[in-house]
Amino acid sequence: MKQYGYYPGCSLERNASAYDKSTRAIAPALGLTFNEIDDWNCCGATEYISLEKLPAYALVGRNLALAAEQADNGHQLVAPCSACFLNLRKADRYLRDSPVMARQINEALAAGGLHYEPGSIKVRHLLEIIVDDIGYEAVAEQVQAPLTGLRVAPYYGCLIVRPAFDGQFDDMEYPTTLDRLMSTLGAQVVDYPVKAHCCGGHMTQISEPTALELIRRLLKSAADYEADVITTLCPMCQLNLDAYQDAVNAYFGTDYQIPVLYFTQLMGLAFGLSPEEVGIGQELVDARPALAHIGAVEEEAPAARRRPSRKKEEGLPMPVMPEEKTR
Amino acid sequence: MGVTATRARAPTFFEEVLAETPGGSANLEMCIQCGTCGGSCPSAADMEHTPRRLFAMIEAGEREKVLRSNTPWYCVSCYYCMVRCPQEVHITDIMYSLKRMAVREGHYRESSAASVPGFSETFMDMVENYGRSFELGLATRYHLRHHPLGAMKMATGMGLDLLRRGRMDLTPRRIKRIGELKAILAKAKELGGEEG
Repeated sequence: MKQYGYYPGCSLERNASAYDKSTRAIAPALGLTFNEIDDWNCCGATEYISLEKLPAYALVGRNLALAAEQADNGHQLVAPCSACFLNLRKADRYLRDSPVMARQINEALAAGGLHYEPGSIKVRHLLEIIVDDIGYEAVAEQVQAPLTGLRVAPYYGCLIVRPAFDGQFDDMEYPTTLDRLMSTLGAQVVDYPVKAHCCGGHMTQISEPTALELIRRLLKSAADYEADVITTLCPMCQLNLDAYQDAVNAYFGTDYQIPVLYFTQLMGLAFGLSPEEVGIGQELVDARPALAHIGAVEEEAPAARRRPSRKKEEGLPMPVMPEEKTR
Repeated sequence: MGVTATRARAPTFFEEVLAETPGGSANLEMCIQCGTCGGSCPSAADMEHTPRRLFAMIEAGEREKVLRSNTPWYCVSCYYCMVRCPQEVHITDIMYSLKRMAVREGHYRESSAASVPGFSETFMDMVENYGRSFELGLATRYHLRHHPLGAMKMATGMGLDLLRRGRMDLTPRRIKRIGELKAILAKAKELGGEEG
């Protein structure tokens, strides 16, 4: 049994609960024990640091201090969310690089009775421990129901590969670890050029046209390379590609219907777990048709597809012909 | 001699930006104006100034123009520029520094990204009060304040879909020792204030 401290982050509590559920579901088969850090707080995402410097690092610092305090779980802390992973790693790195900031952050932590020695916790991403600590061979041994015939586009996004704040895990622009993991599961890996491009992060809240264009590029490339499914390792990427797919279709007049699943969900299915056990059904773009195609879920009557009612974001609603409505 | 001269005058805008940027050296003085940053940026097309130009403006001391620019707010934090920069300038971190300075000095209000800090502020309020992010509260409060039409869209479309699939909480989750967190953040703000 390999022991790790576990920092789920806010997204995995609710919005990305399928990621949390599937991660916990595949852990026993891989001999992983995750000990959730007691009373962890939000990492601040990309927001806190936009307004405050020291408080933003103190916010992350509390999590590192708690992880160190509870280090009988091991000195390695696993974060499945790429943004949490980046923030935790970056804070540790900058505290090591800047003794002045380390002193200030510890002065702040002391106000809450905590202390953190920079460098005492090693922050890891979930994908990293699966491919590096467990290894492809051990994963292959657990595959009961290979994903044969499923065309999977591995999507890395940014923060797991860039920048290397504490050692480089994979290529920064053309990573391949998730590709290899997917082929270990028996899937047909789609090699497409934008797999480490940005989903836009919180840009949907800043400038929707900018955001939708970034999301469209990813969907278009995956569709051009005939992916059945996009697989991701970050809740923000999943939310943007999945929940904003309708908005992209409405804005650009496209018709993408590409389900977006966490890599741990696909691992679980390949390990023979049921769709429910890995949280299939929480995605907005239904993954069941693609999974039924390879027999990973039971075939069911196709649900009526939701179609955007308007092509453009702006403008008044236009009269619609009845046949168009039912199309 | 040089050190004494630096102390004798107020720091330049360039020096202020460097001082605001954490973690050793941000290497901004190393910029050779090659433009790799703007060429690598996924949202450069919507920026008023590319990062390259912004860095030249910082060096030229164009404080207000820089802090009014929408550029830092359109940075998506993808770190492409930062890993491609031949001079290892900490570009993404400098963008965060510029955001903080723009908010502190109120310049963002005149920028085309004026409503943007509202999102970060609302997020920060949630975290300071609960210790965790609260998406429904964040979305409704931010949109009602800044984009009422967006709030309607959230409530009727995607927001509802996310709620139906159990992907949004109706009430916030609070950490157990919120008092401890508040004390830490208050102290950090106090130290940050002394520093600034």
